[in-house]
Amino acid sequence: MVQPLLVEEHPLDGLIRADRMPHIWCPGCGIGIVMRCYAQAIINSGIDIEKHVVVSGIGCSGRVAGYMNIDSYHTTHGRGIPFAVGLKLANPELCVTVFSGDGDLAAIGGNHLIHAARRNIDITVICANNFNYGMTGGQMGPTTPYGALSTTSVYGCPEHPFNLVNLLAAAGANFVSRWTTIHVRQVIDDVLYAFNKPGFSFIEVLAPCPIGFGKSNDLEQGVDETLLYRERCVHEPDTALDKLGIDLREDQPIYVGRFVDREAPAYQPIRLEVEK
Amino acid sequence: MRQEIRISGFGGQGVILAGFLLGKAFSLYQDLETVMTQAYGPEARGGASSSSIVVADYPIAYPFVQKADVLIALSQEGYTRYRGETKPEATIIIDEGLVTPKPEDQPLRIPATKLAEGLGRRIVANVVILGYFCAISDIVSREAVEEAIRTSVKPKTLSLNLEAFEAGFAYAKIEERNS
Amino acid sequence: MTSSHILTGRYFMNGDHACAEGAIAAGCRFFGGYPITPSTEIAEHLSSRMPQIGGVYIQMEDEMGSMATVLGASAAGARAMTATSGPGFSLMMENIGLAAMMEIPCLVVNVQRGSPSTGLPTLPGQADVMQARWGSHGDYGVVAYAPWSPQEFFDLTVHSFNVADRYRIPVLLLADEVVGHMVERVEIPEADKIPHWGRKRPIGSKKEFKPFEAIDDDLVPPLAHAGEGYRLHFTGLTHDERGYPDMSADTHQVLVSRLVEKINRNPKDLIRTETFHLEGARIVVIAFGSTARSARRAVRVARERGLPVGFLRLISIWPFPEQLIRELAQDVDAFVMAEMNLGQMIREVERHVEQPVLGVNHAGGAMLAPEPILEAIEKVANNGSTSSR
Ligand SMILES: Cc1ncc(C[n+]2csc(CCOP(=O)(O)OP(=O)(O)O)c2C)c(N)n1
Ligand code: SF4
Ligand SMILES: [Mg+2]
Repeated sequence: MVQPLLVEEHPLDGLIRADRMPHIWCPGCGIGIVMRCYAQAIINSGIDIEKHVVVSGIGCSGRVAGYMNIDSYHTTHGRGIPFAVGLKLANPELCVTVFSGDGDLAAIGGNHLIHAARRNIDITVICANNFNYGMTGGQMGPTTPYGALSTTSVYGCPEHPFNLVNLLAAAGANFVSRWTTIHVRQVIDDVLYAFNKPGFSFIEVLAPCPIGFGKSNDLEQGVDETLLYRERCVHEPDTALDKLGIDLREDQPIYVGRFVDREAPAYQPIRLEVEK
Repeated sequence: MRQEIRISGFGGQGVILAGFLLGKAFSLYQDLETVMTQAYGPEARGGASSSSIVVADYPIAYPFVQKADVLIALSQEGYTRYRGETKPEATIIIDEGLVTPKPEDQPLRIPATKLAEGLGRRIVANVVILGYFCAISDIVSREAVEEAIRTSVKPKTLSLNLEAFEAGFAYAKIEERNS
Repeated sequence: MTSSHILTGRYFMNGDHACAEGAIAAGCRFFGGYPITPSTEIAEHLSSRMPQIGGVYIQMEDEMGSMATVLGASAAGARAMTATSGPGFSLMMENIGLAAMMEIPCLVVNVQRGSPSTGLPTLPGQADVMQARWGSHGDYGVVAYAPWSPQEFFDLTVHSFNVADRYRIPVLLLADEVVGHMVERVEIPEADKIPHWGRKRPIGSKKEFKPFEAIDDDLVPPLAHAGEGYRLHFTGLTHDERGYPDMSADTHQVLVSRLVEKINRNPKDLIRTETFHLEGARIVVIAFGSTARSARRAVRVARERGLPVGFLRLISIWPFPEQLIRELAQDVDAFVMAEMNLGQMIREVERHVEQPVLGVNHAGGAMLAPEPILEAIEKVANNGSTSSR
């Protein structure tokens, strides 16, 4: 008989608001894995936990701000990035991370996303991309693959999705990578790297959403989408940026890796005289 | 005492600056209640430009010019447009090289732009005409306007502006002597 | 605050610049905005001043972003503001609601122009007063001021920051194009003459601290900033005293009532009015912002003609000074409400008095002149009483 192993402590104790559990996420949802990676990166960072701030918009992914036991701001839909910009510029000592969903960041907040990248503001953005608006019940959004089914694309999504990596690269981000929820180690490494990287960093993490996206696209269980990642993911960081679009229908590769890592100067407000 | 003064011309002639200098002189150096406004919007289209000063020895409630006591026109359009909005006894000053008055009008004339060209920069015609106005007006103090100029224009254009002011002022005095 | 950044002295300055200098004098060190006439001079002026004083000027991609970034900066401890006009004000409504809900102080300046929509970009209006009150969805208390001169634009900018910090609210400063663009004498006081009410800050254990617990009678919880070690959680969702989301009607009732009540409960700090010629007045003219200048003249002329008329100037338009209006109503026969819109504030007056209230209105685009106000006064005086709405 298997004996349950009781642990006194979890490595993330203190970083997760235990008094807010249970969380709202569905069984098989990938967001928790991404949050776990973010939390691990905070621990590994060696940066004072009190200096870490997480900002979210609205969505299932946006709930992360509510579960992390650090200074956390759960803002309005799409506005996490500009809120984070204000925090960072008003107090440059803060290590500011925006954790939100694909719809929040790339649809309603899309303008803020590209402009913060253009300005190369020194914040880290983690995008849990589940190809749909999970929170509102599985509508199509800016990353829904062409032809995919959703509650507002019952005949197949007629729009082409953003290739977020290419978008962010073009907009001017210093660091852009893409992984999935099976790439736990890589996500932790890249979040950690992004904390210390001056300028705008964007980490896209593909995450299963069995309820909003999977069930209408033959990926009934979280594990189905996870298996799909395992089959299709190709680590080819040299792939041309415009070839990184995601198409789940066909037997197409899903490219993952670090695609942009450059040293453009981070945004600095103009200072004629530095106040002591 | 309440005086309403309008300066009109076209964009680039510095009528806003002239209004500002005059207003600042009244407000800060003569301690009079002063409001300056300028035309924005449709009125300011097509290159037309105008600024207005209301000056009084009591708090000014309504800030705009309704019937001007003084109209300084640096362009034909500025003259034509605002001539009707002046009091019957108003003082009208025109740049005589640029404005042809109505036959029944007897405005004060100064070749402001020409004098400014004589100083090397036609853009100071605004300050020339301000100097002229200062000389003929009994409410503007010369020192006050000069102080306003000193504290407002870029240092490298200061002497030019003071010369322009002097040129306009002197022109009025010569005219006075000759008449 | 470094006092050397305050440009103490006398200036001949337009209202927008006076507002910008007022912000600096108040210790504002963060401006996030998007240019729009007739408020642009505030942004322009601060873009040149902030770099001189160690502050931040950031020009955002739109007004949603502007409002959000201002809240972020304030959450990190900075006095922060934005400035806009009608179209941008509409876009800011979303996060003005967030500011109310998260109780993050900030200043939003709206230099009103002719509206609705793009309207009259360069010309004045006063038609955003009800949007200021009710613009974001839901119930929340609102504080809004309307300056009538560049000097008052300066003074109210300072005051608005104080109120915002003291009450943890977004304060709305509703100027109009006339006041924004007119140039008048502005006296910037010495640093120690500039009132400064700081934020109420937490004391005691960081672990026990609840960021939305209002212990004091004023119903305002102390404000902790990001990076101070409180492990804060702020959300736009309905939340309990810890800041944690709580999707219950009871919590919602408690929270929203407090957001409204903290404004209602503290009228002394918030309501500002000015009165002229009230002795023996049978008619009271009410106006705010630039329109109050015309009303002032109309009342002066009417008094000279022997009419028993007085004048009430609203400096705070929200909260509305209903108490004062009711007191005035005991002695007068009629009110005249002058405003550069087709009848917004008049509804407030009518709500509180039995007497007839005659509106003097104009859709905007030009300052309401003294003459129609004077005519209204005469009409009311001759009729004994009238209502023409
Ligand atoms: C202004 C506004 N519009 C719409 C909504 C409703 N809404 C909430 S979350 C959401 C989509 C979130 O999608 P995404 O960012 O992808 O997050 P996910 O739930 O998929 O993690 C929408 C449309 C809202 N809260 N606010
Ligand atoms: S709807 Fe999708 S994204 Fe939201 S919690 Fe459920 S599985 Fe996760
Ligand atoms: Mg999503």
